[in-house]
Amino acid sequence: MASRVFGASIKRKEDPRLITGEAKYLDDLQLPGMAHAAILRSPHAHARIKSIDTSAAAAVPGVLGVFTGKDFMDVNPLPCAWQAGGVENHVNTPRVLEPEKVTFTGAGVAVVVAESRYIAEDALQLIKVNYEVLPAVVDAQKATQSGAPQIHDNAPNNVCMEWSCGDKAGTDKALGEAEVVIKERVVNQRLIPTPMETRGCIAQYLPATDEYTVWMTSQAPHVMRLLMTAFVFGIPETKMRVISPQVGGGFGAKIFLYPEYCLVTALSKKIGRPVKWAETRSENYVATTHGRDHITELEVGAKRDGTITALRVNTYANLGGILSTIAPGIPTTLYGRLLSGAYKIPNIYCHVWGVYTNTGMVDAYRGAGRPEATFVVERAVDMVANQLSMDPAEIRRKNFIPSSAFPYDPKILNGLKYDSGDYDKALGKALEMVGYQDFRKAQADARQQGRYLGIGFSSYIEMCGVAPSAWIGLPGEGWGAGLWESANVRVHLTGKVVVTSGSQSHGQGHETTTAQIVAEELGVPVEDVIVQHSDTLGTPFGYGTYGSRSASVGQVAVFNSLQKIKEKAKKLGAHLLEAAVEDVVFENGKVHVKGSPDKAKTIQELAGAAALGYSLPAGMEPFLDDTAYYDPPNCTFPFGTHICIVEVDAGTGQIDIKRYVAVDDVGKVINPMIVDGQVHGGIAQGVAQALWEGAVYDENGQLLTGSLMDYALPRADLLPSFEVGRTETPSPTNPLGVKGAGETGTIAATPAVVNAVLDALKPLGVLHIDMPMTPARVWQAIQKG
Amino acid sequence: MKISVKINGKTVERDVDPRMLLVHFLRDELGLTGTKVGCDTSQCGSCTVHLNGEALKSCTFFAVQADGAEITTIEGLAANGSLHPMQEGFWEKHGLQCGYCTPGMIMASVAFLKKHAHPTEEDIRHGLEGNLCRCTGYHNIVAAVKAASEKMGG
Ligand code: FES
Ligand code: FES
Repeated sequence: MASRVFGASIKRKEDPRLITGEAKYLDDLQLPGMAHAAILRSPHAHARIKSIDTSAAAAVPGVLGVFTGKDFMDVNPLPCAWQAGGVENHVNTPRVLEPEKVTFTGAGVAVVVAESRYIAEDALQLIKVNYEVLPAVVDAQKATQSGAPQIHDNAPNNVCMEWSCGDKAGTDKALGEAEVVIKERVVNQRLIPTPMETRGCIAQYLPATDEYTVWMTSQAPHVMRLLMTAFVFGIPETKMRVISPQVGGGFGAKIFLYPEYCLVTALSKKIGRPVKWAETRSENYVATTHGRDHITELEVGAKRDGTITALRVNTYANLGGILSTIAPGIPTTLYGRLLSGAYKIPNIYCHVWGVYTNTGMVDAYRGAGRPEATFVVERAVDMVANQLSMDPAEIRRKNFIPSSAFPYDPKILNGLKYDSGDYDKALGKALEMVGYQDFRKAQADARQQGRYLGIGFSSYIEMCGVAPSAWIGLPGEGWGAGLWESANVRVHLTGKVVVTSGSQSHGQGHETTTAQIVAEELGVPVEDVIVQHSDTLGTPFGYGTYGSRSASVGQVAVFNSLQKIKEKAKKLGAHLLEAAVEDVVFENGKVHVKGSPDKAKTIQELAGAAALGYSLPAGMEPFLDDTAYYDPPNCTFPFGTHICIVEVDAGTGQIDIKRYVAVDDVGKVINPMIVDGQVHGGIAQGVAQALWEGAVYDENGQLLTGSLMDYALPRADLLPSFEVGRTETPSPTNPLGVKGAGETGTIAATPAVVNAVLDALKPLGVLHIDMPMTPARVWQAIQKG
Repeated sequence: MKISVKINGKTVERDVDPRMLLVHFLRDELGLTGTKVGCDTSQCGSCTVHLNGEALKSCTFFAVQADGAEITTIEGLAANGSLHPMQEGFWEKHGLQCGYCTPGMIMASVAFLKKHAHPTEEDIRHGLEGNLCRCTGYHNIVAAVKAASEKMGG
C-alpha cells in the first residue's frame, strides 16, 4: 500500500454521530411502555433497618410499585469476582436493595417504579425508614484498631484480607544495612471517577421466552451477563442479552456489576413493563465506585551513592462498606507487584490490609493500583535524592533497569517479566524537551527574586493487557475468570468488512483503530470496515475494556483473525490464478504470483468468489470469515517520563502549572492522535489528584464532596496545554508491537506534580505535603517549614 | 401550561407541567436527546443550548420560561446537512472522546466565539470554564475552538 494506515492520525469514524447529537446513550433510549425507577438511599453510613413503611408512596397516583430489600430475597447477593490471590478474603457484597443493614451512605434500601421519573422521585420522599444508627468508621487504618466499630461479622477488626508480596526477610535485612533509610507516611486520597455520563440501566422482560434484554452503561457487557445470570439470578446465560449503548466515559467505574442493574432487571419482570433507572450525579457520587484511598507507611533504603537497595511498604487499602466486583484485586496484584517501578530494587516487601469502612465502594479507577504504586516509588526515589542532595534525573538514571536487561524479572511480579524498555531514552527526550539545564538556571535566578519555581519528575512503568489467564486467574492472582479477548472478522460478498469484538469502547475510538488494523492488513479502505461491539448478541465473548487491554489484547485478536483470513484468501487466490499456494503472495490487498503483480486477484474479488462458492479449492468452505481468541503470553509494560514545572506563591500557597512535558512509550502506535488524546486526558486526571480532587467523608460517614459543587473536577482554565512526546519501543509480547495507552497519563502525572511542588519549596525546608495540595495545605507547610 | 417555542427553526406548541425543566422538555417531550444531563447542580454544561442566540444551561431553566423564545440545540447546528465549523473543528482536532460533554461543549463554544472572534488560548479556557469534560483534559477542545475561530474568519 502506498501510505500506511497503521500509525496514521486519521479522524475518528465514530465522531459524526457524536458531534451532531445523534448518538444514543443510555438515558436517550425510550422503549414503548417504559416505567421509571428511583431509588431511596440510606442517609446513614452504618445502620440497621428496623422497618420501612412504603404505604404512602404506593398510594401516589402513577406509582406502579414500591419495593424494599425483603421483596428480593430470592435474588442472590452480587459476586466478588476478584478476591486477593492466595489468602483468605472475608467477602461481603451488596444485594439489589439492602434488607437489613447498610454499611455506607447511599446504599439502596427501597425503590419506586412509576409512570414518570418525576412521579417516582415525588413518591420516594414519602417512604419512611426506621433506622437504628450505629457508630461509623471511615479511616482504613483506624478501622483496624481495637475499639473500632465492627462492620461485618465475618471480618474481625474490619479486615477483609491481609496480603503480601516480595521478600520480607531480605528487605528487613537490606534496610538494616542501608546507609540511608527514609520513612514517610503517604496518603493516596480517595478519588471519584466522574465520567460525565452517570450510570443507568433499562431492562425488558419477555415472558413468552422468559428472556431479558438489559441495556446498561457498561465497559464489559459480556461479563455483566455472565455475572448476572450465573451468580445473581441463577438462570441460563442464554436467557439474557446485554447491550451497552453509546457509553459516556467509564474510567473503571463502569466495569462493575452494580446492585441497580440487577434491581432494574428484577423489576422488569415484577412490573411486566420495561423499566429505566438513570442515575443522578448526586447518586453517582455516593453509589458508584470510588478509587485509590491508600494510607501507606513506606521505608526506602539506599547507599550513599544513590543506589536504592530496599523498599518496604505497609498499606491500608480502604475498600468501602461492602465489596465492589473486583475490589480486593486492585490494591494487591495491581499495586504490590508493580512496586519495583522502573528501577532495579533488589529487595522489596509489600504488605496490604484490605479494610472495610463506612464509606462508598472502592474499586478500579483509571490506572487502578498502578498510580498508587507509582506514587510510592516516585516519591521514594525523590526522597532519597533529596536526602543525598542528588539531582532527581541523575538518581533515576542510576537506578533504572538498563535497556540491555530486558526481558527483566523484578521478582515481585510472581513470574512475569517486563517485556521491553529503554527508560533512559524516554527520560533523555523529556529532559531535552523541557530544556533542563536552562530551567535550573531560571530556577536559581527566580529564587534570588523570592520566586519559587520547581520541577518534578515521574519515570513510571505500568502494566497493560493483564494476562495470561493462567497467571492472573484462580491458579495465580485470584481473578475469577480468564483475561483473553476475541474478535471475528467477516469479509462480505461486497468486499466490505465487519468486525465483531468482545471489547467495548467508551471514548477510546476502537471503531477507528480497529478499522485501521483491518485496512492495513487487508488493503481495504478504512471506510469499508465497520466494527460492532457492546452487544452480547452477535459478538463473541470478551472480557471488556479496562486496564488498557483493548489494543494489546483485543486488537491482537483482530490481527490474528485477519491472518487466518489472509491465509484463506491466498489459497483461494492461488486456485483462481491456477498457481501453487507457495508461489503466491498477499500484498497490498491483492493476491498475485510472486514477481507478476499485474495478474492479481483483489481482496474484494476474492471475498466475492469465496462468498459465491462457485469455484473453491477442494475442501474449502465458502466465505472469508474467521474468529480468533487471544490469550497473551505476558502483560505489556509501557513506560516514560513526565516532567512538570510549577511556580508556588509562598505568600498564598497557590500553585501554578507552568509547563507539563510528557514522554510516553506505549510501543507501536496505531493512531497517534488518539494516543495523544488518551495521554492528555490521563494527565488531567493525574494532575487533578495532586492539586484539587479528593473525596472527603466526615467522621460519621457523610460524603462532604457529594456533588460537582464540592468535588473539584478540573476545568479548562485550571490546566495548561500539554507538551507530548514519544519514544517507540515495540512490545515483543504481541505481533502488533503495541502496549496500551489508556492509563499512562493518570499513572505518571500525580507524582510529577507533587515532586515539582516540593522541589519549588525545597529552600523553605518543606519535605512533605499531603494531596490534594490545596493552597491552605501548601501555606501551612510553608509556615511549619 | 401551554407554551410555544421555536426549536431549531420549527415552532412547537405543547402543554407542559410548570415544573418541567427545559432539558427534560427537549429530551423527553421532543426527543431531542443530543442535549445531555451530566449533573444536578448546574456545574457541568452538558445541557448547554442556545436561547435567543445565547448559551444557556437548560437544566437550570423551566420549559415554561422558554415560552416565545427561539432555541437551538446540537441537532439544529448543522445547516443543510453540512457540519458547522465548530463541529468540524472538534472532529479534526480530536476534541472529543466519549462525546458526552460534546454537544454542550460545542454549543457553548459557538456562543463564546460570537463574543470573542479572535480568542487566545487563555480566553478559550476561561470561556469554557462552565463546561466540564472528563476525557480530553481540554487540550484538544481548546485546539478545536481555535481551529473553528480561524475557519470562521477570526
Ligand atoms: S446538566 Fe450539568 S449543568 Fe446542566
Ligand atoms: S469527551 Fe468525554 S466528557 Fe468530554
